[in-house]
Amino acid sequence: MTTIITDLPDFFLRALLAGGLLALLTGPLGCVLVWRRMAFFGDALAHAALLGVALGLLLELPILPAVLILGVLFAVAFSLLSLRGDIAHDTLLGILSPTALALGLIALSQLPQVRIDLNSYLFGDVLAITQTQLITLAASASIALLTLRLLWGGLLQLTIARDVAQASGAPVRRLELAFLLLLALVVAVGVQLVGVLLLTALLIIPAATARRYAKTPEVMAVLASLCALLASTLGLFASLYWDIPAGPAMVACASALFLLSRLHKD
Amino acid sequence: MTNAPLLQAADIAVTLDGRSVLHGITLAVQAGEIISIVGPNGAGKTTLLRALLGLTDLSAGRVTRAADLRIGYVPQKLNLDPLLPITAGRFLALWGDFIQAVASTGAEHLLNTPLAKLSGGELQRVLLARALIGQPQLLVLDEPAQALDLAGQRELYDTLAKVRDITGCAVLLVSHDLTLVMRKTDRVICLHGHICCQGKPEDVSRDPAYAALFGPHDTSFAVYHHHHDHDHHHH
Repeated sequence: MTTIITDLPDFFLRALLAGGLLALLTGPLGCVLVWRRMAFFGDALAHAALLGVALGLLLELPILPAVLILGVLFAVAFSLLSLRGDIAHDTLLGILSPTALALGLIALSQLPQVRIDLNSYLFGDVLAITQTQLITLAASASIALLTLRLLWGGLLQLTIARDVAQASGAPVRRLELAFLLLLALVVAVGVQLVGVLLLTALLIIPAATARRYAKTPEVMAVLASLCALLASTLGLFASLYWDIPAGPAMVACASALFLLSRLHKD
Repeated sequence: MTNAPLLQAADIAVTLDGRSVLHGITLAVQAGEIISIVGPNGAGKTTLLRALLGLTDLSAGRVTRAADLRIGYVPQKLNLDPLLPITAGRFLALWGDFIQAVASTGAEHLLNTPLAKLSGGELQRVLLARALIGQPQLLVLDEPAQALDLAGQRELYDTLAKVRDITGCAVLLVSHDLTLVMRKTDRVICLHGHICCQGKPEDVSRDPAYAALFGPHDTSFAVYHHHHDHDHHHH
């Protein structure tokens, strides 16, 4: 086993590590997303991230902060628009998501030469991750996991019984916003590495896969992380041995695991 | 009951989607008081509770609470996604130490049951236990009797009366109509967008405003007598 690992090229080890770090995050975050019926939120945020990338390139700002700021603005806009409670979350996302994508594509069209190709936007380039990006990812993952740990109990209260939590004096709106900001951070960091589709896939598919095997929210979150880890690792090895694109291979593996979990009997 | 009220609504109004749901509501909840709100469908009973709890914006008036008022709210139902695996016990633990609360509502046997698998009555019990965590000064229940049969309702009302007697908390609950009002109710508030009449249950049932809302009281009041073995004289 040691020889196999030491024989692997550095870029591949970095990709494995990045996938693992991302899986740690997307497991619990994805669970909260599906519990709150906000499966499309990650997707929409990722579209907002494209707008961030485009604006960053246009205004010659550093990309990560630009993406993060756009994500935060998107989260705030979503939260303000959902305040009145007369539009379902998925409808609101169905409005905001294509809006962000459209604005992003318009901004991209204004660049002298397009320096971002749609393929890497959709699937990222996990095999091209640099040392610095990996460190940024590790730092963001630590912050995000710690924050999530602090918010966890409150988020569960909010998810199951929002009115009850609010009536008992819990700061539900601040909590909701904190969760959206957390998600914005993860998307800002993640989308550059693995792209929109893979990020959404790693958030939602493992959570849905883990549900059958979990009796508590915490177990489901951990299982979702393991499932994402397994999918990203299998996907990377598949891409190495069969020379197929890494991101799509990871998504395909996550989907295969989900199908397996549906097929077998209890 | 000369102390400052726990909760006070001064001339409040609520408008939802451009439609006036409540207007001119003034009421106060005193410590230890049991208040039943009755009214036909669409009378704004749930909206009134939500307004008092601060869950709905007011279009006029204001709600004042005693400082650091502890409220235990029992909603009609939860918004639980089937993808969220959680037992009743784990749910209760989210809100604090639940041992005592569970004992006083008889929900011990439900702790290991998934929240999503509870029947209406069982969920009610768990939600009441949750509301009792942290020893509230005011319990607010939205149609707690709806999912229960008559025996279940009697049991629930006994539990509420016992909790009130032991802890001295006030109870504010919504009931379908006067025939099913909790026997130990101190005050009935008859609601239909505004407060039509209020007072002791037997007084409200004779009030013309009540009769106008629910029709002649004789038939329904007979049911009330029969099931609750009420002891005042029928005129």
